[in-house]
This record gives sequence, structure tokens and C-alpha cells, in this order.
Amino acid sequence: MFPSRFDYSAPDSLDEALATLGQRADETKVLAGGQSLIPLLKLRFAAPATLVDINRIPGLDVLEESNGHLRIGTLARHNQLAADSLVGRRYPTIASAAPQIADPLVRNLGTIGGSLAHGDPAGDWGSVMLALNAEVVVRGPTGERRIPIDDFLVDIFTTSLNEDEIVTEVLVPQPEGSFGGAYLKLERKVGDFATVGVAVHLELDGDTIARAGLGLTAVGSRNIKPTNAENALGGNKCSDELFAEAARLAAEAADPVSDVRGPATYKRAVVEAYVKRGLAEARDQARARAGRT
Amino acid sequence: MSTTESHVHGIGQSIKRKEDDRFIRGKGTYVDDISLPGMLHMAILRSPLAHAKLVSIDTTAAAALDGVVAVITGADLAAHNLAWMPTLSGDTQAVFVTDKVRFQGQEVAAVVAESAYVAYDALDLIEVEYDPLDVIVDPRKALEAGAPLIRDEKEDQTDNRCYHWESGDKGATDAAFAKAAVVVSLDTHYPRCHPAPLETCGIVADVNPATGKATLHLTSQAPHAHRTLFAIVAGLPEQNIQIKTPDIGGGFGNKVPIYPGYVAATAASLLIGRPVKWIESRSENLISTGFARDFHMSGDLALDNDGKMLALRVKLVSDNGAFFADAQPTKFRAGLFHIVTGSYDMPVAHIEADGAYTNKAPGGVAYRCSFRVTEASYLIERLVQNAAYELGTDPAALRFKNFIKPEQFPYKSATGFEYDSGDYPRALELALEQLGYNQLRQEQKKLREEGKLLGIGIASFTEVVGAGKSKEYDIAGLKMFDSAELRVHPTGKAILKIGVQTQGQGHETTFAQIVASELGIPSEDVVVQYGDTDNVPYGLGTYASRSTPVAGAATAVIARKLREKGRTLAAHLLEVSEEDLEWETDHFSVKGAPDKKVSIQDVAFAAYTNMPDGMEPGLEGVHYYDPPNMTYPFGSYLVAVEVDEGTGEWKVRRMVAVDDCGVRINPMIVEGQIHGGLTEGYAIAAMQLIDFDEEGNCIGGNFTDYLIPTAWETPHFETHETVTPSPHHPIGAKGVGESATVGSPAAYVNAVVDAVRHLGVTNIDMPVTSAKVWQAIQDAKT
Repeated sequence: MFPSRFDYSAPDSLDEALATLGQRADETKVLAGGQSLIPLLKLRFAAPATLVDINRIPGLDVLEESNGHLRIGTLARHNQLAADSLVGRRYPTIASAAPQIADPLVRNLGTIGGSLAHGDPAGDWGSVMLALNAEVVVRGPTGERRIPIDDFLVDIFTTSLNEDEIVTEVLVPQPEGSFGGAYLKLERKVGDFATVGVAVHLELDGDTIARAGLGLTAVGSRNIKPTNAENALGGNKCSDELFAEAARLAAEAADPVSDVRGPATYKRAVVEAYVKRGLAEARDQARARAGRT
Repeated sequence: MSTTESHVHGIGQSIKRKEDDRFIRGKGTYVDDISLPGMLHMAILRSPLAHAKLVSIDTTAAAALDGVVAVITGADLAAHNLAWMPTLSGDTQAVFVTDKVRFQGQEVAAVVAESAYVAYDALDLIEVEYDPLDVIVDPRKALEAGAPLIRDEKEDQTDNRCYHWESGDKGATDAAFAKAAVVVSLDTHYPRCHPAPLETCGIVADVNPATGKATLHLTSQAPHAHRTLFAIVAGLPEQNIQIKTPDIGGGFGNKVPIYPGYVAATAASLLIGRPVKWIESRSENLISTGFARDFHMSGDLALDNDGKMLALRVKLVSDNGAFFADAQPTKFRAGLFHIVTGSYDMPVAHIEADGAYTNKAPGGVAYRCSFRVTEASYLIERLVQNAAYELGTDPAALRFKNFIKPEQFPYKSATGFEYDSGDYPRALELALEQLGYNQLRQEQKKLREEGKLLGIGIASFTEVVGAGKSKEYDIAGLKMFDSAELRVHPTGKAILKIGVQTQGQGHETTFAQIVASELGIPSEDVVVQYGDTDNVPYGLGTYASRSTPVAGAATAVIARKLREKGRTLAAHLLEVSEEDLEWETDHFSVKGAPDKKVSIQDVAFAAYTNMPDGMEPGLEGVHYYDPPNMTYPFGSYLVAVEVDEGTGEWKVRRMVAVDDCGVRINPMIVEGQIHGGLTEGYAIAAMQLIDFDEEGNCIGGNFTDYLIPTAWETPHFETHETVTPSPHHPIGAKGVGESATVGSPAAYVNAVVDAVRHLGVTNIDMPVTSAKVWQAIQDAKT
């Protein structure tokens, strides 16, 4: 790897990191897991003057429930989320998505904060967090902001994070009632970006859908929240017909382009198939959970 | 064929690979591991456009950057008559652009600097002005009248045709078609793919300004051929060129050609007087070095009402890129594609091939394949499958009906090959039995009724490997023989020097095993050397599965010659006549008195210490082997797949591979070769494509776009064997490195098509992505 010349700093505290970032924010990039940034440096598509490595800052890899949320520190690695027992028990959409991200090497280093801040519409976490109605916590020179994920994701490689801010945490609301979730991903091989990804989250009250969350990967200029489909589901009883209708609405919300991974019509068809399958799986999980309690 | 006692670890034993100790411990030495005192680093500037006039190059800023030693342009090379070089197919190729760019990624200039970082920084400072020209990426359009001329610098070149070639009997074939009851046709594209060795290409060029000696540490599959070509290209005296190939991290045909970077780095070292290293990046390897395939094929198969094959007709257009740089024998312009009649007793055939220049990278290398055999095997196996559907017969039954029968060998094919040996029905029977074919067909029927898709694909391939004979086969005029030099030391240990070049095939182990079986020296006592042209005898290198058929034969022959000299020595030591001696594994004994014996080690010692009067001392020799014929490995591959109708995704449920490569020297290594080939065959069938957009931009220039399968998606392989020795090879072996890549893609595609054919699908071109499967189902529905 022969990138352009850059300065490198590895501060021990968030304040120090923010100070360095603040000096020349437009020419500085934050280095977390590096799984998107390093390839860009290698190909010389990105040539920042300075890298601020935040990996030595303590406390940024928190993973715990508190105040009605799951707090995920920005440095939580994909593999940490894949292996965590709390996540496995209570956040099936996250647990399902984490092991499907890229390959083991990327999962060992890649972070949730870095992935979301990269703003890649083919990123998996954006859809998962849309389905879960998560918030992104960011710190900047003037303090802290909590940004709903739907406002955080703006466009391709564009988020509402300012140049002088750093993502510190992701907050996921704790599920209620009996719940289930899944992430379905079509990829050409392990490690490939998604051709299509679908995140599903369901909370049931009896057999009535108390809350439905959906997120779509790689079928638009950002991860898509198919609100019409979610609204169609909410308050209604689970049925194959309802799921088919929601799948149709989700496919309508998708806005894919034709590329090497397939024509747009194909990607829409996969969204429809996967939403249907994902909802059925989430429902089965929720019913099983209800049966256990 | 010799039998081998276990203690000498000879032919037939799965001993562990000698080379793996150093690879597993990270102690291998690849070209990029070599660092010489005073060494400089070179980086190459490549064209972002596919077809454009070169207007100007300004290197001022790059040359002024601290640490830059030289900036080299096409004009600089032209001043030394090095701007163009010959290709392996008798064409010319630009080293650096002087007139116009002909493909995206073509070499435009280079920077030589004190570090690689500085060299790459300086590339950004070179300013090039281009004047864009119309781009052609479709070879069929390239051959149309009025298409923009790509090779306008060539005298007598008035269109984009780079060759026209025919094989077989056109008249007889047309006559057979006229009488045929059934004609099955298939138009298909074998897509452009890339060998993509994990180690990219590179060189450390070290031209000593005092002695004039050029030592080139090179990623080469054919060091001697490269030495001779370097002598011709660079005008250096051949005795002053030493090609040294250290460990090679995979070749697969990609390291057969000579690349512009090699020439530029050597020229730079010569002119600057310091060693120069050039290691290409992954993207450079994928966009500019030897690609494979890219054949547009139309096949027609004529049959009678009983399903007996009558004739085969093929028309094809090959996309050869901007320069005709296929690595293949001179007289066969489409390689050995005329093996396309495959495993079938085909009375007549005719093949017509046209090659086209396009604005794409040159190459057409034999990617794990013997010169275009892969494309041929794919076409016939797809055609046979579709013919079975057309006739309403079982694809396996149609094959049995038409196989060349075991008693027909040696078999003369309609296009002039003489197949050495084979038993095709036995291999297919074994594969069907192992798969449980009939049962699976019943399950397929049942699942279809439930709306589920299961498909079974068959490929019964025949390969042709091990070129030459030298009368017919050459590379750039160099005849395709090969060599082995065996030196037995006084203590009975030995060095074997071979003209072929390992890139992972395990030569250090298998060639020692041949010596063990033929001369009785345990294989662990035999060191195998290769890849240093000052040290080993001349050879044409390793590709087209030729190492075992040719250099393996040379090894057996020289070992036998030394054994015969050993017999004279043994007779002298035992004071009997030679006729009274018997050879057994590793010693000579007196007939009828088995306790009276001398070991090969005793014999070796005597060759230096106690030879009979008048005998030439020593126990050494060299043999150059010119094979009487090619070898014809074969096999039957069966694949069962499940297809998801909703998304087009397909998964391999079973993959059964029966291979027959004659006598297996090291069965474990053979298995490894087959596993590797089956994986690459799967990759080609399922996911690999070097694609281009209309502007000639290469899509597939990194491993995000050009996909290498992981263990996760690679099918589980069930491998089996039959053994039909080659009658003309000294140890009965045939080549095996490429059988699985050649044979398996058709099996995977046949399986997917078989799963959806009842919906009306007759073809899906590779790579068979889930999107294409889904689309084919939708198209069939409408």
C-alpha cells in the first residue's frame, strides 16, 4: 500500500481528538476500524492531510443496556456485536446482521460508528438502525447531539455529521413485548457488498403488530426506511397477505439502479421476496418468545 | 511401470510436500522479498482512457520531486529502440505508448525513485494530454466494415482482424448437416476472466554496469523462454542474461507473457546502473496483464433420430484485446480449440475462428488450461446437454451413446488429434453411481411438483495437455520439448535440475518421487532445482499441464539411463556380468542369489571411487525429452444444485468429480490440484467477469469487483478416480493441473439450466449470477 503522505495522531482522549480534528477539519479524517478508509487511502481516492486514530481512547467500545436503550460505543467491532450474549438475546436484528458483514477480517476491526459515519448506502448497519429507530450520538466542539438515524443518513457517502464532530455512540431502544428480527442479505460471495439487504424488526402484542421496523440496503442513494410498509403493518394482525402487501410497499420504496450486481427490476424483486421472508421469520421468533414467557 | 517399495517414497505415495515447510513458516522468497543494495523502485503511469491519441506528456514536475531518479516515457524507450516488443503470438505490443493509447490501463510512463512512495507520488505529477478516439469493446463490432482501426501503426493492417483460422473438413461437415434429422444450436459467450494469481507480477532487474550482466529476478512461468526473448527484445547477449525465479505465488498462465514493466525496469537498470524493482498492484494485474477466454461461440451439433452424433460446426469470434498476445503454438491461432469434439465419436467437424482487436487489455493466456481447451470443452458439454433436451433423452444416456469407446484408442479425431488412451464410460458410470443419479432424478421430479427447483449437470470432458511434440508445438518458435539433468553425488544423494517452473504445483516433491521410483534414491535425498537459467537445462516452462508429461518424462528417462550405467558399476562391484543382475527398488542383486547385492548408494560411490577401467567417471546426465504425442486426461463431473425461484440464488448440493490423469505420482498433490481447479471452475461459472463499459472502462479491476470465492461458498467436492495410463509416457502419467478448471464450468452451468429448463430456459451465460438466473426465469415466463 502506497498512500499519499499524511500526518498521524493517536490521542488518548476524546477532547484531544476533537481538538486535533478542529484544527483542519476539512483535511482530517477520523480513523476507527479503517475498513473503508484504508482502502480509499490505498487507492489514493482519499488523501487527507491528517488521520486522527481514535482507537486508543478508552470507553468508546461500551455495550450495555441503560435508560431504556442499548448503548453501543462507536468502537464496538462487528464481531463484538456478533458474539455478545445480550445482543443475541434481545436484539435479533443486530445479532443477525453482524455476522453477515463483510468477512471475518473486516469484522474483527470494523466498527459500528465508522460504518455509519461512512454513509455507504450498501452498508448493513444503516438499515438495521433504521428498522430499530436508533439514534446516533455525536460530540463536537460545542457539545453533544443526538441525531435520529433517519436524519443522520443523508445521501451517498453523506451524513449529517459535521466535519468537526465524532460519532461516540449508537442508542437502540429496548424492545417491548414479544419481538423478533432478522437481516437478510444477498451477496455474490462472502465479503461482497450487499446486492440487496433487508432489516426487519417486529414487536407483537398477542398476534397484533405493536411496532414494525424495516430498513433496506443498497437499493437507493442511502439506506431506505420504507415507512409506508411499516405503517401498513403497525396495528394489524400478522398474516401472509399483510406481509405480502408490506413487501410490495417496501419494494415500491426501493430505488435501486442497474449495475454489475443485477438490474433494478431484479433488486426490487429481491426486496419484495426478502421482506416477506424476513417478516415471517421475525413473526415466528416473536411467537416463540411469547410461548416461552 | 515400476513398482516402488514404500521406503524410497516414490510414485504413488502421498508424501507431504517438501516445499511446504518454508511456505507455512513464512520463509518463502518471492520477488517482492528481494532487496538489493542501492535498489530503486519503479511505478507505472497508466492511461485512464481506452482509445486516445497521445498529445503530450509533461514530466517536469515529477522529475523535480525529491527522490525521483528518472521519469521514462515512450519517447525515451523509442530512443533506445525499446518502445515496442514482440508478443508470444508474433504480433507487436507497445512497451510504453508513443502514438496512441489502445486500452485503459496501458503503460504510458514510469517513475524510478528512491522509494516506492515517492515513485507513486511522482506519478500524480506527470501531466498527460490525450485526444479521445472512438472506443470498440465488442469484437463482433470491431470486425464490421468501417470500424475505427485500432492497429493503425501496422503496415498492411486495414481492419481489426488479428487472425482467421479454420480446422476440420467444411465440405464433409456441411454434407452431414444437410442429412441430419436433428440440429441443436447454442450461441454462448465464454466471458473474459483473469487468472488473478495471489502474487502479482514483478521484477527486480539488476544490470551490473561493470560486467554488463543482467540478473533478472522475475515472476516467470517460463524462465528460459523469457531469457531468449529478452535477448531478442533488448538486444542483450544471451550469455549475459540470467533469469532467476524465486518462489512464485501462483501463475495460472498469467506469468507466461513478457510484460512492459519487465522491459522498462530492465532498461531503467541498464541506463541508471542500479537495481530497479517493479511490483505491480492488484489493480494493475487485473486491468493490464494476460486475461483469459472472451470467446463468442456459435455451435451446431447434428444428430440422427437415435441421438447418434453426426457432425459439429463451430464459428467463433475471439476478443484478443489491443495486441494479439495469446501464449500458444504458432500454427494454431485459436489454440487447441479444435479439441472441441471432446469425448465423442464425431465423424466430421469444422471450426472457423476469427480474432478481433478491441480496446481492451491484451492476453488470451491459457488460464489453468491447455491453450483454449477450456472454451472448447465448455461449448461441447453445453451443446450435448441441450441436445439431450431436444431429443427428449437423458443427458447421461446421450453421452454413453456417443462416447469414443475404450477399444477405439488410439483415436484419431475429426480435427486431427490422436487421443492416446481413455475409458470414458467407466468414469461417467462411477460418477453417476457416486452421486446416486437415478434417485436424484426422481427427487427432482417430485420437488418440481412441489414448486422447488433441483438441477443436475454433467460434464464429461477430455483435455489435451503436455505439448509438444516439437514438430507441431512451439512458443514463439521455440520448440516445446523439456529437460532434466540428474546429478548423483558420491554419497548417493542427488540433485535434479528441471527446465519447468513450479508456481505451487509441488515439483520439488513429485519430481523427486519419479527419481525415487526409477533410481531407488529416496525422494527425501533428491533436491529438485529449477528457475535459474544459469543453473538448470533449457526448458519451455510450466503451463498447459506440461510439466509431468514432458519434464516428468525427461526425469524418468535420465534416471533410467543412470540406472543402466549403475548396472555396469554393480556388475563391476559384484564381479558378475550385467546380464546376471536384477534391479529391485533400490539395489542390484545377482539372479538366484538375492543376498549378493549392491545398493544404489554403493553404486553411486563406486562411480567416483571405483569405476571399471575405461568408464567415464561420475553418475550424472541430462536428457531432453520430445514427447511423441500429447496426453489426454479426462473425467466426468456431476453437479446437483438447488435454485431459489424467488431470487435466482443457487447452491451446490453435491459435486462429484471423477478424474483420470493416468498414473498418479503423488495422489495427495493430484487431489489438491483437482480441488483448486474445481474451485476456479466454480468461480468462473458463478461469479468471475472482467467487464467493460461502452467507454472501455474496465469493471473488474480489483477484488471488490472481480470475485474470488472463499471457503464459505466453494462447494464441497467428492473426488474419485479411474486410472488409464498414457501408453506413450514413460511412467504412464498425464497432466492434471488443469482438468478441473477445463471440465467443471459446464457441469455447474448445466446443473443450473437443468433446474429451470422446464420453465423454458435453454441457456444462461457465465457468470451465472443469481440476477441472471432470475432474469432468465422471468424472460421464459413472458
